Amino acid sequence: MLKIENLHVDVDGTPILKGIDLEVRAGEVHAIMGPNGSGKSTLANVLTGRDGYEVTQGKISYRDRDLFALSTEERAREGIFLAFQYPVEIPGVSNLYLLKAALNSKRKHLGLGELSAVEFLKLIKEKVKLVQMKEEFLHRSVNQGFSGGEKKRNEILQLAVLEPLLAILDETDSGLDIDALKIVAHGVNSLRDAERAIIVVTHYQRLLDYIVPDYVHVLANGRVVKSGDKELALELEKHGYTQLVQSSGEGAARSAGA
Amino acid sequence: MTSPANDLDRLVGREYKEGFVTEIDAETLPPGLNEDVVRAISEKKREPAFMLEWRLQAYRHWLTMREPRWAQVQYSPIDYQAISYYSAPKQTPGPKSLEEVDPKLLETYEKLGIPLEEQKALAGVAVDAVFDSVSVKTTFRNTLAEAGVIFCSISEALQEHPELVRRYLGSVVPQGDNFYAALNSAVFSDGSFVYIPKGVRCPMELSTYFRINAMNTGQFERTLIIADEGSYVSYLEGCTAPMRDENQLHAAVVELIALENAQIKYSTVQNWYPGDELGRGGIYNFVTKRGACRGHRSKISWTQVETGSAITWKYPSVLLEGDGSVGEFYSVALTNNRQQADTGTKMIHIGKNTASTIISKGISAGHGQNTYRGLVKVLSGSDNARNYSQCDSLLLGDRCGAHTFPYVEVKNPTARVEHEATTSKISDDQLFYCRQRGLSEEDAVSMIVNGFCKEVFRELPMEFAVEAQKLLDVSLEGAVG
Ligand SMILES: Nc1ncnc2c1ncn2[C@@H]1O[C@H](COP(=O)(O)OP(=O)(O)OP(=O)(O)O)[C@@H](O)[C@H]1O
Ligand SMILES: [Mg+2]
Repeated sequence: MLKIENLHVDVDGTPILKGIDLEVRAGEVHAIMGPNGSGKSTLANVLTGRDGYEVTQGKISYRDRDLFALSTEERAREGIFLAFQYPVEIPGVSNLYLLKAALNSKRKHLGLGELSAVEFLKLIKEKVKLVQMKEEFLHRSVNQGFSGGEKKRNEILQLAVLEPLLAILDETDSGLDIDALKIVAHGVNSLRDAERAIIVVTHYQRLLDYIVPDYVHVLANGRVVKSGDKELALELEKHGYTQLVQSSGEGAARSAGA
Repeated sequence: MTSPANDLDRLVGREYKEGFVTEIDAETLPPGLNEDVVRAISEKKREPAFMLEWRLQAYRHWLTMREPRWAQVQYSPIDYQAISYYSAPKQTPGPKSLEEVDPKLLETYEKLGIPLEEQKALAGVAVDAVFDSVSVKTTFRNTLAEAGVIFCSISEALQEHPELVRRYLGSVVPQGDNFYAALNSAVFSDGSFVYIPKGVRCPMELSTYFRINAMNTGQFERTLIIADEGSYVSYLEGCTAPMRDENQLHAAVVELIALENAQIKYSTVQNWYPGDELGRGGIYNFVTKRGACRGHRSKISWTQVETGSAITWKYPSVLLEGDGSVGEFYSVALTNNRQQADTGTKMIHIGKNTASTIISKGISAGHGQNTYRGLVKVLSGSDNARNYSQCDSLLLGDRCGAHTFPYVEVKNPTARVEHEATTSKISDDQLFYCRQRGLSEEDAVSMIVNGFCKEVFRELPMEFAVEAQKLLDVSLEGAVG
């Protein structure tokens, strides 16, 4: 589904990602962990086509197409969804309105008709239940005045409605209480099937108890320094990143010298 | 990497669909202004003698006045002698059946989406169509007459109901009120007249559609609406003009009078030609609009969506004379390219227990300059007056400007006056967030702008709310590929 090869990315002339290789197949869940500033959100932004990131080397294919040939909105309509680390407030625009506009633009792209108001409401009510949100949130402005946890849960509501093929969750667990964490995990898990893939960016092993990954990768200094299965997350919880990061530093020195 | 400013540039490019010219034989006075021109206009309209006197008084007063310069707008001096003060399609005067209206005019209005054939018209809306200096057709007159409602051009009203016109004309906006109002009082050529009798709820929406067509003419229309005791009327005006390289002056006066327990809802969707992206051409929209809540518990609401004109200078106001009367002002003003708007309202609390609400939404894009200027005045006799004002500005890009000048004068200690103001920008983060959800950039901007204007749009009659929303979309639309 997603294949990242030797990805190098600069921000304002500074290299941030320095050669990432990652393959995600349909049906898989990948967890990406790593210290602050290691480039996890940068990777998510590059995958979704945000301005300001200069790809200096490498390529990414998504469902056998060149990802860079697609605009941000085309990627979204083709099934890539990012649950933001910092969801944005949009005053005056109701949650419901955004959901409807988003769903319809995707349906239009896929050659499906717009949902009628009745069908749409029915769908939304179902999804609202899934993430255990109060319906009144639908009528509030997008994320405006939402608590940190409510914002994250709202991201999962959008995810549940849009049913992406590739979902990227950027620290969706940060700031969630334990009940909310379970609800979010439940929302994500109910999307899990053989056709979809999920990338979970997190700092905490705890989330991975609920969304169990097939692979865990550690990103440090803009590189994947270690990959493994879910046991790797447990290990990291115990020992931290220090050792891995040091060895990645050595790796950088070695390749620079070569 | 595209810079957000460039994206917005593309987004806010606009196309002005109403910019066509109708080729029609017109009777036009040569440019210039003097007493003879004032007399000629009055004569053409076969006005009663009092009207000519009134006009001449206004003209003489105007000669002593100076153009106001306090507004936050810039333009080269206007040569008032280079403007023609009267232009009318050649036709027989007076009310007409549809067959008597020049087909070219019918076609023009059809093209603008305002069919004048009653069977084609929007359900429940009667239209007075004003073309340059004259009213060419008023629809549904008979239906309205059955309810006792008078809806006709002001020229006709001067023939058929001179006593009503005489009694109320200038009673809210006196002849010498300001420079443009004085000019209008001297040379106004047409406009709409509405009288709703006691206790009548007007069975239809009333609307006037103003069209400037002729070159080098000014349009000076005069609207007078009287809602007698316990009556209700909702009135809407729309306006467009051809695209021309030179500026044209539109100096209208609108007076509203609400007697006891009466309600007037006046909505404007203003889409005069705004000029091109370099600021060439466009309408100077210098307008005086004022309503008097003359009776107790009367109510006047102004709702305006201002997307057109090179320069807008207008402050629809309410004189809250009657006890318990209510004034409202809901405004969306959009300025793009080189457009300038200095708009707002005056709420003058005179009676006791009067209340006013001001909701102003200014949107600036391109090099547009948007100014809110409002006055809330509570006189000493006005006990328990209330005002709530909210002025929000939205900036698209960083070469445009928003300015807010709220003036408050309170002479009664029991008054409660609240003012809130915000300025925000459509951020790159918001656009990216929406695009990541699958919306195009255009749709994202339009969604955010419409969300910003929601409180005002919901005050518009339904059909026009949709129209207004579309208009904003067109104004912000560009060639996003
Ligand atoms: N727009 C930018 N301008 C300058 N530096 C940037 C920009 N965006 C990211 N960076 C830098 O790139 C590095 C990687 O940032 P990124 O947000 O990807 O880290 P992260 O792994 O998501 O960290 P965290 O765990 O704290 O969320 C950081 O050092 C950050 O300061
Ligand atoms: Mg991050």
